[in-house]
Amino acid sequence: MTLSAFAYQLLEIILGVITAPVLLGWVNQCRAWLQNRSAPSLWQPYRSLHKLFYKQAVLAENASPLFRVAPYVVFGTMVLVVAIVPSLETRLPFTVAADAIALVGLLATARVFLSLAAMDIGAAFGTLGARREMMIGFLAEPALLMVLFVAAMISQTTSLPLIAERLSSESLALYPSLAFTAVAFAMVLLAENARIPIDNPATHLELTMIHEATLLEYSARHLALMEWAASLKLYNYVCIGITLFLPFGVATQSQGTTGLALAIVALALKLLVAGSSLALFETVSAKLRIFRAPEFLATAFLLAVLGMLVHLLLGA
Amino acid sequence: MNGIPFDLQILNVLAALFLLLSFSMLAQRRIVTLVNLLAIQGLILFIATVLLAWRTGETHLYLSAALTLGLKVIGLPWLLHQLIRKLDVYWDTEPLINPSATMLIGLLIVIFAFGLAQPISALASTATRNTLGIAIAVILLAFLTMITRRKAMSQVVGFLSMENGLFFGAMSATYGMPMVVELGVALDVLVAMLVLGVFFFQIREQFDSLDLRHFETLKEDE
Amino acid sequence: MDLLLLLSAPLIGAAILGVWGARRWAPDGNVIFSLATFGAACAVTVRVVKYGNILIAREQFFIDPFNVFLVALTTFVGLTTSLFSRPYMRIEAEHGRLSPARLRLYHSMYQLFIWSMLVALTTNNLGLMWVAMEAATLSTVLLVTLYRTPASLEAGWKYFILCGVGIAQALFGTMLVYFAAEKLLGSEGVTALLWTHLDVVKRQLEPNVLSLAFVFLLAGYGTKVGLVPLHNWLPDAHAEGPTPISAVLSGLLLNVAMYAVVRCKVLVEGSLQSSLPSNMLMSFGLSSVVVAAFLLWRQRDIKRLFAYSSIEHMGIIAFAFGMGGPVANFAALLHMTVHSLTKSAIFFTVGHASQKAGSQLIEDIRGLITLSPTIGWGLMLGTLAILGMPPFGVFASEFLILTTAMKDHAWATPILLLALGVAFAAVFGKVQPMVFGETSARRLPHPPALLPVFAHLGLVLMLGVYIPPYLANWYREAARFIGGQ
Repeated sequence: MTLSAFAYQLLEIILGVITAPVLLGWVNQCRAWLQNRSAPSLWQPYRSLHKLFYKQAVLAENASPLFRVAPYVVFGTMVLVVAIVPSLETRLPFTVAADAIALVGLLATARVFLSLAAMDIGAAFGTLGARREMMIGFLAEPALLMVLFVAAMISQTTSLPLIAERLSSESLALYPSLAFTAVAFAMVLLAENARIPIDNPATHLELTMIHEATLLEYSARHLALMEWAASLKLYNYVCIGITLFLPFGVATQSQGTTGLALAIVALALKLLVAGSSLALFETVSAKLRIFRAPEFLATAFLLAVLGMLVHLLLGA
Repeated sequence: MNGIPFDLQILNVLAALFLLLSFSMLAQRRIVTLVNLLAIQGLILFIATVLLAWRTGETHLYLSAALTLGLKVIGLPWLLHQLIRKLDVYWDTEPLINPSATMLIGLLIVIFAFGLAQPISALASTATRNTLGIAIAVILLAFLTMITRRKAMSQVVGFLSMENGLFFGAMSATYGMPMVVELGVALDVLVAMLVLGVFFFQIREQFDSLDLRHFETLKEDE
Repeated sequence: MDLLLLLSAPLIGAAILGVWGARRWAPDGNVIFSLATFGAACAVTVRVVKYGNILIAREQFFIDPFNVFLVALTTFVGLTTSLFSRPYMRIEAEHGRLSPARLRLYHSMYQLFIWSMLVALTTNNLGLMWVAMEAATLSTVLLVTLYRTPASLEAGWKYFILCGVGIAQALFGTMLVYFAAEKLLGSEGVTALLWTHLDVVKRQLEPNVLSLAFVFLLAGYGTKVGLVPLHNWLPDAHAEGPTPISAVLSGLLLNVAMYAVVRCKVLVEGSLQSSLPSNMLMSFGLSSVVVAAFLLWRQRDIKRLFAYSSIEHMGIIAFAFGMGGPVANFAALLHMTVHSLTKSAIFFTVGHASQKAGSQLIEDIRGLITLSPTIGWGLMLGTLAILGMPPFGVFASEFLILTTAMKDHAWATPILLLALGVAFAAVFGKVQPMVFGETSARRLPHPPALLPVFAHLGLVLMLGVYIPPYLANWYREAARFIGGQ
């Protein structure tokens, strides 16, 4: 590992952490346009974060240390995931250090802390949110793993950078299995990031909220970190999706700085497209009742498994 | 994958979609949509047959494709839509087993079917041999669809989906059956549908509904 | 020429009766067409006996001793049933249970049904055989629902769906056979589905594929045979349709389906060189015998009772074909003959009996012997015959089957004997009070057709005492050809 590799890695992390709220802003902007509203600025998420960081933190009296630590852990985990997902270049110190399964483990860690913190205060809504969050996670995780397995089987490795390299270096080929898993992954993405149709990120109705309910007790910098972590999570999922299904344009070690510059442009374009399609999908679909969420995720799991079976049978 | 020619890649994609449609039919409860899915499945069968005919140059496959188009994409779905309108059946009732469990059973069936197809595919000399497993899976899934439904109409759609699977299997294993047989089978299916049409009206006349829950009187412990 | 007549007479009959099937002469027309078919069948039979196998129409049709005997049987029972249905359907029409349109449907479909069975029997093409079997189902579905009662609709639906699904499995099996044969015989034309060609190369067919194919074929055609556990449609369809249809379903369709199974078994056994098909047939057969024997106890409807008895006898036949070998095959063929003759005779008497009583329930039919001695005795003798009492033919065939079983598969003999005993007690106990006992029945407006009943029973009696040498030769040749073990 050369020094430049570490520099690139640092660049990737910083870029990711900075871009994540913008991506969220972009999704919100698209949504507003599609709904014929006047759109908030692209930088709106930054403004809210800024506001929150300058407020005084208020903690519940019975809050345990875990409650204080959780935002840092969650945020830290998300930053680590940013480092691991090869969004810009494949051979970086962190990306080769952990594989796809470790990645799922990291995401699970963040979820565990989030849920524990939500239950920590003992308020009803927090507990409700935590329970729902865990239910969604419990159903989404197998589907996510299946998706990763299919990609791993096609490229014979569980290491994300290698998967990206294999898939991007191939000439154009039709993979029905990848198409199935891509749909499954999109469904997991929606569920995991509390988007419509599973959860409404803009809701203020306590009874139906999932993700928001876990954050009710947080304020100021803690809330800011949690919000930022949530936007990072979305960013990470989109990046994982890009790595698995649209890795074209990602830089490999041999390509040097120009490759990296190209990769940044490619990534920006892909994020724009992904963000706007997410907004489009959210606009045209309605929120499901929470009881239907298992069906939704079971479908995702089914698609992923079908993808795997189709791959096994057709070799495609 | 790279070694496989492009038209076969398309065939593989079609096969995968064929399977996916079977699953959607398994989950679907609106009968109109169910019939549409059936028509789409027929369409995929048609495209696959044409592609295969073009690839292998076997003329009888074109005929078979035309038969599929006429009967399975246009004819029977149209007939079923007419029946749905006339009989006013739009929704199936809650399925007998809950959807998620059905899906899981479906997955197990697919695994079983693929296992079953393995030794046969190994022997086949056709370029499409791998899709045989998908055909068997579709046949068995259609069977599952029939088992889990209460409405006569959905059972019939399952039955037709099974026929689609059979044709797909014949196509992938042997580039189709001899023409005489295919014609005969198509004729039988057509007649079966006409008989059913008559039959539905008789059922409705008698029960005022197409719900098969009325059909539980003939049991051993009468 | 005779074959052409054989296959065209019922088809023309179906067309003509489809138009004029409700006229007064329609039942007689039905008889005439059946008679023509039977005559043609006799001519074909004579030809086969004299000159050996026939292979015509670009090898699409093939007649050998095995199917010619079934053709003769089918057309004969077809003829007698049409004789029986003449007064029976007139009575039904006068009771107002049938409109002219339905009568037309009935007559036309009856001929079509006979036709599709004859095609299934005589065709050399496995695919065409499938098509004909499916056609046989379709032509009878609307006959089962002829009365449009809720129960008959349910029965028709079950019949349609179960047999439809079953036969789809058989199509898949046929496809697999084609798949295996195509490598040896080429995919040009239809040679790879022609039975005669397949028979020649059966030893080289891929055993893996053929064993899988046999599973599907047995499940498919086995559904039509009514083998347990695929028998659910059978009692309903038999009980709810008009009685002539019950008679031909039970006496003929089951035989034809069994014929299809045996044809497939010959091929598969040749390829596998193992006892898998035999064992499968035997286990299906045995389970059918046992399950049906015990279910007989629970029947309250007379037609259902005899439908279950059909399942039981089909089980015995399947078991015998499963054992294989010249004696068991001979016995199975004999049993097919006597069963279909006896069972249709029983259905004829049961039909008139229930018309008299106005009900099919066993408890409503009483004292047949006082009111109509011929029907009463017909039913009694038929029941005794079907239960395997000597000197009827069923005794002879069952005796042969049991002794073969004792020799080759001793473990199965007690099970078979027990099941036969149970069946005897169940059926006899139910039929006895129907024949003797107090009467409540009324007179029929038309004299019942009893000629078919006693003709059948007479034949069965004859076969029990004396099998004419040409018939025995015929059976022996067919048995040798079916082979096995």
